[in-house]
Amino acid sequence: MNFLNKQFATIDKNSPLELSRRQFLQATGVGGGLLVGSGFISLTIPADAATVSDAPVFNAFLKITPDNNVIVAIKHMDMGQGVSTGLTTLIAEELGARWDQIQFEFAPADATRYNNLFWGPTQGTGGSSSIANSWQQLRTAGAAAREMLQAAAAAEWKVPQAEVQIKNGVVSHGKHSSEFGVLVATASTLPAPQKPVLKDPKDFQLIGKKIPRKDSADKTNGTAIYTQDIQLPGMLTALVAYPPQLFGKAKKVDVAKAKASPGVIAVVEIPRGVAVVAENFWAANKARKLLAIEWDLSACETRSSDELFAACHEAASKTGHIVKNTGDASAALKKSEQVIEAKYEIPYLAHAAIEPLNCVVKVDKNQCEMWFASQMPTIDQMEVGKVTGLKPEQVKINSLYAGGSFGRRACAGDYVVDAAQIAKQLPGRAIKMVWTREDEILNARYRPMAVHHLRGAVSPDGKALAWQHHAVAQSIMRGTPFEGMIQGPLDNSIVEGVNDMHYAIPNLQVQGTEIPIKISTLWWRSVGHSGNAFVIETFIDQLAKSAKKDPVAFRRELLANEPRALGVLNLAAEKANWGKPLAAGVSRGIAVHKSFGTWVAQVAEVRINADKTFNVERVVCAVDCGVAVNPDVIAAQMEGGIGMGLSAALGEAITLKNGVVEQTNYHTYTPLRIDSMPKVEVHIVPSAEAPTGVGEPGLPPIAGAVGNALFAATGKPVTKLPLGNKV
Amino acid sequence: MISLTINGKKQELDIDPDTPLLWVLRDELHMTGTKLGCGMALCGACTVHMDGTPVRSCSIPVSAVANANIQTIEGMNSVAFQAVQKAWRDLDVVQCGYCQSGQIMSATALLQTNKKPTDEQIDAAMSGNLCRCATYHRIRNAIHQAADAIGKTASTVGGKA
Repeated sequence: MNFLNKQFATIDKNSPLELSRRQFLQATGVGGGLLVGSGFISLTIPADAATVSDAPVFNAFLKITPDNNVIVAIKHMDMGQGVSTGLTTLIAEELGARWDQIQFEFAPADATRYNNLFWGPTQGTGGSSSIANSWQQLRTAGAAAREMLQAAAAAEWKVPQAEVQIKNGVVSHGKHSSEFGVLVATASTLPAPQKPVLKDPKDFQLIGKKIPRKDSADKTNGTAIYTQDIQLPGMLTALVAYPPQLFGKAKKVDVAKAKASPGVIAVVEIPRGVAVVAENFWAANKARKLLAIEWDLSACETRSSDELFAACHEAASKTGHIVKNTGDASAALKKSEQVIEAKYEIPYLAHAAIEPLNCVVKVDKNQCEMWFASQMPTIDQMEVGKVTGLKPEQVKINSLYAGGSFGRRACAGDYVVDAAQIAKQLPGRAIKMVWTREDEILNARYRPMAVHHLRGAVSPDGKALAWQHHAVAQSIMRGTPFEGMIQGPLDNSIVEGVNDMHYAIPNLQVQGTEIPIKISTLWWRSVGHSGNAFVIETFIDQLAKSAKKDPVAFRRELLANEPRALGVLNLAAEKANWGKPLAAGVSRGIAVHKSFGTWVAQVAEVRINADKTFNVERVVCAVDCGVAVNPDVIAAQMEGGIGMGLSAALGEAITLKNGVVEQTNYHTYTPLRIDSMPKVEVHIVPSAEAPTGVGEPGLPPIAGAVGNALFAATGKPVTKLPLGNKV
Repeated sequence: MISLTINGKKQELDIDPDTPLLWVLRDELHMTGTKLGCGMALCGACTVHMDGTPVRSCSIPVSAVANANIQTIEGMNSVAFQAVQKAWRDLDVVQCGYCQSGQIMSATALLQTNKKPTDEQIDAAMSGNLCRCATYHRIRNAIHQAADAIGKTASTVGGKA
């Protein structure tokens, strides 16, 4: 979601985001200017405790208990990417704490304290920005608390503050020594230093080291609490009967049988469907089947996937919005003897996180309380406020673990609103709205399908000469509350990674076209990069072949001025023994791509079997994400990104028949299973640059790396996803 | 009334007999370590042990398990389970963690019947458990590590005996 970085300068005046911006600017007293990127750090002690448990509060991010536990507030949603480890590391490092005394709590929804510094006055998680936007903020918060502890110790021991040491959770000076706990009562009342001194990176004790995850214990004994697991007194379970297609509406509803079903408390209509509210899931599930609903589907999509692809190809054959124009690609192609052409097709994808979407809401007169994993709490507060007639700040969100998300929980006008619509009709009762897997696939907001038409040429001496590229896809944001974030005529996600291509092509033209389809789309892990990197990287290999050059050598020439790109390219190639012989039947492919500020290169080794099936056996990955805060979490995110990217590359597609999604559950929408997971090796390029994210950047290169391995083996260009399991 | 044995404890429940075991565990007994993923025995997030065998609790009516011993993640303490859990923690397998109860239950069942599984045997035993975060690479390594740990403990004990 790096387009969220585009800040709020162009936001539509009437959009909720603009409203949000104005409200938060007022609330924070920062009129006019933007907080964005200003390094705004709240070191003031909030009026209420920052997080749930009681303990002396040092600042919005940090409390220390008298028995030496350091409690860190995690402002980002934990969806597996490791924020509960990574963000705590930043505080622990500067504080001088021992890793085993660090605990964490999820911060509540409160953008005045917990906004994403890259998103302005909005709290949210995405765009692989958690570590990047928190890097200075949390280190500063930790350093401030460290100086407050030092000051308290200095006063107590009557020694100069500058001589007080803090290391491994021990405060010391000469013969004096103390743990944090005995000092916190005094230290937490001292004025917070406004410019605490950060550690010299050479003194880092935790950053850059392999330290255990903070969420491993809870997630391996069944005690980690996800939205699905919330139990509250008197809580009811709601299931919604949705129309068979998005944008359908209930025309005629007969609820009699459902209402009479055992355990049913209420049946309520909401704008998007009909909700059955019952004592438990099974009662609600049974009763939902007894609803008789006639749907009005006149506003729904009617086309099938082949027709949609044909419409995209038709659009791609015309001229689109030109978003990049270097040199003169048309003229260069006209002069070229050999023009390489390729037409790509990329399907819709579902997020399909294993925890189906869900939300617990309780609406009272002056407050709405919610329990769920929110990827954009600020948006959710505003939307639920609108539904319930409350102010956003009256919407209290208790943040929980997310059982996956991959972008899906960052949405507007969706499941959160549905849950609130149900709960407001049953005030005073906690309502857990849950989706089944079928609800989740049906109401998924898909990664857009796309078509790319490319023409390229190399010069007679084997150098890349021209590249003309037209990408056609549905906009993610057009027609949604996020529309105001589109800059210019085109939703940038359609061309991201292409228009800012790192290859030095002397004649490059990039065009993009939005195509309207009545299907809801959303950011899916790495957004536009998820498909665009595949297109770029497989086309580069076609050009390399035309130039009669090795794919790595060809890329090196085009990346001569991109040292970090070369760094990952060369490291991956070296570790994968690029150029050395492979076993019979095995081929290699490479891809390199930058997304969200992080460079990743991957080499895939693919075995083609006698029956033409193929297996991806091994992937070697190199990543440059600046300072490696938690190397093992980085490796895990690369492994996961490779697995999810491979899943999409090999076997995922949402298809439509007469406008109806054909997939319903994991037998027809088929994520990767362990038997298709390759061995993965991750290598991190050492760096002193400020850290960038790792949640998404591991995903984009893999489809291209596998496609290029197949291309190397068969000579047949690979232009269509998913690849299936046969050549 | 349906009588059930969950984690060694006998329970009498007045419940719709076609309720899947998963919803009895979650909604009646408030044992939420066992998860809903698909409702069709396709993803393995709801895996529990029935008389030691891994089964998908989302697709078994409670009436069908009346005479069985059901083990959920909350009640696991076998040598194999402890080795699996330790390996999971040592290698930091988890990401979002939602599927991991089911993964751990399947891995434990595997090691209870196969002390030294190969990669292929691991893949076969674990391919019913989806992980959307794709932690598979570490799951495989953790199962090998757990198998090694169990083997070492067994040989030490054997040596002493």
